[in-house]
Amino acid sequence: MALIASFLVAIAIGAFSFGSRTMRGGAVGAALGVLGASLILGSLRFCMFGSEVESTQAVLGVVLAGAFAWMFGAGAKAVLGQKSADLGSGDIRTGSFKLGWYWPWILLSPTLVILVFFLYLPAYQTFTLSTKLTRLGTPIVRDRCLQNFSELLITSPALLVMLPLTSVAVIWGVGLWHRRSEPGSAAHGFTRVIRPFGILLFLFSLYFIFESENGGYQLIYLNTLIISSSIVILSMVIGLGLAYLTFGHVRGITVYRTLLIWPYAISPPVAGILFFMMFDATGGIFAAVADNWFGFNFPNYSTNATLARLAIILASVWKLIGYNLLFFLAGLQTVPREQIEAAAIDGANSLQRFRRIVMPALGPIAFFLLITNLTFSFFDVYGTIDFLTKGAPAGATSVSIYEIIRVGIETGQLGRGAAQSVVLFLAVIGLTAWQFRQSEGKISYGSA
Amino acid sequence: MAAHNKAGLSLQVGKPGLIRGRSWPKHFGIWFSMLLILFPLLYAALVATQTNAEIFSFQLTPGTGLATHFEQVWSGRNLGRLMWNSLLQATLITVAKTVLSLLAGLAFVYFSFRGKWLVFFFVLITLMMPTEVMILALFRIVSSLGWKDSMAGLVIPFAASATGAFLFRQHFANLPRDLSEASQIDGASPLQFLFKILIPLSWNVIGALAVIQFVFVWNMYLWPVLIISDADKQVVQVGLQGLQTLDTGFSFGPLMLAALIVSIPPAIVFIALQKPFMAGFALGSDK
Repeated sequence: MALIASFLVAIAIGAFSFGSRTMRGGAVGAALGVLGASLILGSLRFCMFGSEVESTQAVLGVVLAGAFAWMFGAGAKAVLGQKSADLGSGDIRTGSFKLGWYWPWILLSPTLVILVFFLYLPAYQTFTLSTKLTRLGTPIVRDRCLQNFSELLITSPALLVMLPLTSVAVIWGVGLWHRRSEPGSAAHGFTRVIRPFGILLFLFSLYFIFESENGGYQLIYLNTLIISSSIVILSMVIGLGLAYLTFGHVRGITVYRTLLIWPYAISPPVAGILFFMMFDATGGIFAAVADNWFGFNFPNYSTNATLARLAIILASVWKLIGYNLLFFLAGLQTVPREQIEAAAIDGANSLQRFRRIVMPALGPIAFFLLITNLTFSFFDVYGTIDFLTKGAPAGATSVSIYEIIRVGIETGQLGRGAAQSVVLFLAVIGLTAWQFRQSEGKISYGSA
Repeated sequence: MAAHNKAGLSLQVGKPGLIRGRSWPKHFGIWFSMLLILFPLLYAALVATQTNAEIFSFQLTPGTGLATHFEQVWSGRNLGRLMWNSLLQATLITVAKTVLSLLAGLAFVYFSFRGKWLVFFFVLITLMMPTEVMILALFRIVSSLGWKDSMAGLVIPFAASATGAFLFRQHFANLPRDLSEASQIDGASPLQFLFKILIPLSWNVIGALAVIQFVFVWNMYLWPVLIISDADKQVVQVGLQGLQTLDTGFSFGPLMLAALIVSIPPAIVFIALQKPFMAGFALGSDK
């Protein structure tokens, strides 16, 4: 039954992601979806649908089929789009060298060889390892089907399916309500306000599909969610604020800017060290100030989870601000000056000018920064955590990348670590795809 | 300079007028935020000079421990050796990435060949594949090549850059077409064209990429932690770990001093290459 379900899902997602406007597109998409699903499920020999396997794995099998159907459908669409865009843009026809066919391949080969061996191959191996039971340094490898994944999740297959689906349905429903309601009506305004919170609902629902006990992933998920989202939001908002402040001419502005951008050059471990010093409960300046001036006991971050998370967030934000400032400054250069001046003369206040003119022009930069900040908050935060808290207290600051290394290297369970890597990989791809959808049509890429 | 127009608005001449008003609140804002942002560094500089006793007595003036700390960190813990390893790794990767990206950009822009869009897509998609996500598998592969505890293991997996290839592709595509036509008429080979014409026209992009890559590699932490276990071959970011506790127990001063010293090279690179870097991001010319 789960097998049939997974192919139905694959057909639907394949057709939808490839483009179902025409019958032909839908059929091709469905075929691609089935192809993707059979490839992945076949390579695992349909093990997750066996009768003695827990039903959580069957659910995961369906999800896997859907994911690969989407990858094949959307991937084919993107590749074809890229092809037609490349051919359409008249990609450098004149002035190209007419030499032996091997020339470009020689020039590209070093790059391609390295990408194949140190990006594509590890990516492939991460997926294969995630279905194995294997230890670091031993050659013994046993197939484990999807057990590495299912042990991260709750045991109830019904909840596993229902929770994310319900939240997606709610988000979809609100969107539909918004489109159907009269512009200007209360419902229209209400749905417009609550629509952006859909992603929060979805992320919140995911919290409950992770197991909370015996090596479950719930705490790690919560840590990652809190720490990463705080880092991204704070560093972008502060970065934009500083860019606004330091844009334009003030005496000595170049020096100010250089000093403000400086923390960008400082490493995550050093950021961890600096904040470790400031937050230290015995020698740190915060403790001293709290003690001497306000007479209260500064909590110890090695036992206080909130403070530990706060320290990591602040250290990372501090390190990231300079980077964001740099790019926002570059972005502000592209804001159409005449429009701002015209709007100012027309009496638009600075908030209006910011919302109507500056924000749309900053769109592409903000999008780029969102992706890079997200990457930073997922991965580079490792160095900060390793120096500040090492995941303490009681795992409250262990984010996904930290847990991957702990499980995969320190305890040597490569398969389990690889499975967590796959989860993180899916999160990165999912968030990027979601960002692309959000930004579609909302960003003006300017005339230049 | 502010000029007042008829409506009484104060707009900066030739400036976007994003922020209206006098300049002193702006100055104040800038100074305030600068103080906040530089505070962790200033505080670390202060602590670096203090002995543990001075730190615990919450003294706000420079202490007496600087020379001892430097001795402990530099000779005791061989910080120079660690920094040399980092410098070597960062330089090698930066050079390799720049050269490989230039070659890839050259191939993408000045050659037409079958399957180009597919190769392009193949490179493009790697932007979505962060190394860290597959670091366990990468660790296995590099270990099986016997590159543990070696410079090869630190450098080669990171020698290619999709970002760089795109940056140069973009940059070359915006250069005038006549350049390559003229040099072909002169009978120059693609490599001569690259070195004589393209590189001199690309210093800003090369500089911007170099700063980003150098800082990126210098600050790399997770990969060296995994692949290097020999203390002599370790990079400096990881080497800092050994300073968290010295033989005298917990050591704030030496650690802060080392953290500050470690942050100097990327700062030098950043300041030295600031001009091309800012120009690469279209910041330098406040047109």
